Amino acid sequence: MSNVVAAAENSYLAAFDQPGRATVEPTPRPGWRQAARDRFAELGFPTKRDEDWRFTNVGPVARTEYELAVAPAAVTLDQLEPWIYPEMARAVFVDGHFVAGLSDLDGLPDGVRVGSLAAALEGGDVTAHDHLGRYAPFDRQAFIALNTALFADGAFVAVPAKTVVERPIQLLFVAGPGERRMAFPRNLIVAGEAAQVTLVESYVGLGTESLTCPVTELAADPAAVVDHYRLQQERTDATHIALQHYHCERAANVSTHSLSFGGGLVRNDVWAVLDGEGVECTLNGLYLTRGRQHVDNHMWVEHVKPNCNSYELYKGILEEQSRAVFNGLIHVHPEAQKTDAKQTNRNLLLSSDAGVHTNPQLVIHADDVRCTHGSTVGQLDADAVFYLRSRGIGEEAAKSLLIYAFARDIVDRIRLESVRTDLEEFLFSRLPKGEIVRQAV
Amino acid sequence: MLKIQNLHVSIEDNEILKGLDLEVKPGEVHAIMGPNGSGKSTLAQVLAGRDEYEVTEGSIDFQGEDLLEMDPEIRACEGIFLAFQYPVEIPGVSNTYFLKAALNAVRKHRGENELDAVDFLRLVRERMKMVEMDETLLNRPVNEGFSGGEKKRNEIFHMSVLEPKLAVLDETDSGLDIDALRIVANGVNSLRAEDRGFLVITHYQRLLDYIVPDFVHVLVDGRIVRSGGKELAHELEDKGYGWLEAELASEATSAAPVGA
Ligand SMILES: Nc1ncnc2c1ncn2[C@@H]1O[C@H](COP(=O)(O)OP(=O)(O)OP(=O)(O)O)[C@@H](O)[C@H]1O
Ligand SMILES: [Mg+2]
Repeated sequence: MSNVVAAAENSYLAAFDQPGRATVEPTPRPGWRQAARDRFAELGFPTKRDEDWRFTNVGPVARTEYELAVAPAAVTLDQLEPWIYPEMARAVFVDGHFVAGLSDLDGLPDGVRVGSLAAALEGGDVTAHDHLGRYAPFDRQAFIALNTALFADGAFVAVPAKTVVERPIQLLFVAGPGERRMAFPRNLIVAGEAAQVTLVESYVGLGTESLTCPVTELAADPAAVVDHYRLQQERTDATHIALQHYHCERAANVSTHSLSFGGGLVRNDVWAVLDGEGVECTLNGLYLTRGRQHVDNHMWVEHVKPNCNSYELYKGILEEQSRAVFNGLIHVHPEAQKTDAKQTNRNLLLSSDAGVHTNPQLVIHADDVRCTHGSTVGQLDADAVFYLRSRGIGEEAAKSLLIYAFARDIVDRIRLESVRTDLEEFLFSRLPKGEIVRQAV
Repeated sequence: MLKIQNLHVSIEDNEILKGLDLEVKPGEVHAIMGPNGSGKSTLAQVLAGRDEYEVTEGSIDFQGEDLLEMDPEIRACEGIFLAFQYPVEIPGVSNTYFLKAALNAVRKHRGENELDAVDFLRLVRERMKMVEMDETLLNRPVNEGFSGGEKKRNEIFHMSVLEPKLAVLDETDSGLDIDALRIVANGVNSLRAEDRGFLVITHYQRLLDYIVPDFVHVLVDGRIVRSGGKELAHELEDKGYGWLEAELASEATSAAPVGA
């Protein structure tokens, strides 16, 4: 990839020189921001010629002039009400900036830090400085480079060793009111040895045609237990290009649930590196698309050490002219004997205009492993629809029941009750005759 | 209650039913027998409203109304029940949820209240006993991983909960051992009532020892070629269909005008 930076891409470079832009960086990595900027200038935006971007066109992002918000737009708690989980602790970011007034960080155990990453860096937080930028290398991909160069702030969550955080933490990212604003939230989550924490990372929007490019680095120290939810609930005119990097140490147990309903053009890159023995990593996802939505999930699971398990289950339900891409690579390194890796991607097309590209891949360099992968693309089973109808259930309700049934194993795997209930409610409201489904299940 | 007249049905331009007449009155049990591919399941599916089958001619009257005008779910609500020859597996939908949704749809259509959870469970438990079905099958997804016999029993169980007016059983006996057969037959017999009709499709006279029919019809090549009492089933069992087909062929030749 060495595409010449097109004229419009210069506006992203110009943002780097914008007065007031945040410049804080981790002390072990001096010149990090400048290097990332230079790397982006070198890479330019990916094109369809890049293997990883064959089916997702970011040309419109490259061509659009976005405004980098140097300060958060004014937003009230009322406006955020639909997306807030009141029982959770909460850190709110508007246009990539932490807003203390909208956050609620009470009742967390001693030593747990949740809030602004920029503030943590400025305050000299050793954990923040040590970990930031260690996992997500900006030289790999243009959007990581851009995020590294341009981020103003983002969430910082540090849970000390052996600390159990009972109260789930919601990290709520809001594209503020306004037109074509862009934000590059940079998030760092560090769960110390044998710590336990549940996080809900939500992306929502109040503005039009926003661009959000978050990078989340999550480090799970030995035996840490992290339950991570990622909710994509932005407006359908929003563009969202994200990276989540999970770094798992020995015996860590990391599970993620990516629920993608919003956004017009959505790309989620997920890197999970199983870098210690005995890691258990679960990556589940559900995407529901319609209209002209395009959702691309790219997964890389790196089995570096022996005796690790990874389970991936991504399911998609596509309506109308929407598109989905699933690319899943399981990479088993030579040392990673006794790997147990399973990857499944299943897609349900509800319209003949919808389409999916699914591409599961295995690269295995160890000999004593168990790896399976599979993907399916299908329609509702006509025999099943008729069977249900022949027992008195109306056509729409029959179809909705079957769609719900398709999504069900993802729903059932969500441990966090409020998120699970929310998802169920969303499905009931989205599916025709959802009331019948609600009563039936 | 059911009156089929001159029914012609095609699928993908192949005519399968070629002028079928049949009348079922309340309280009657009709058995339909016939060789493979003669159109028995086609008839059953057409009655249930599968729209892949095209009705090109004829009519079906059900309780004074035009059945062919109704969607499958309306037919079910009006009291038609089909026990499938091949019950469909529905992963992710539990047997109970499915039945509850079905029963409530049917009750709503009849202007009855939806059953609450307690009453529903009571009903379901009672009917399960009737078909000696294991209660664990209630919470499993519909038919998924059920044995052949369990699937058939599940169909009868559904029937007993939905209490149809006309039940069509498409080879519910095939593949059942003698004990399961007896259980299924008991289930059917306990539902026999003055206002309920049955259409029992089978290849085996054995079933008809348990579910004693009022009429037996033989379907060959899309037409009912012979009707009679339960003794006709014995005759078929002894002689096979070859006998009938040969007889029909000779009737056809002798009926042909001379010199044709
Ligand atoms: N979906 C279909 N597409 C094409 N042909 C079909 C279809 N369904 C049935 N047929 C044909 O229609 C004819 C009648 O089939 P049907 O299933 O009604 O027979 P049947 O009497 O029930 O046979 P069996 O005793 O084997 O169950 C057969 O020749 C069959 O191949
Ligand atoms: Mg048949």
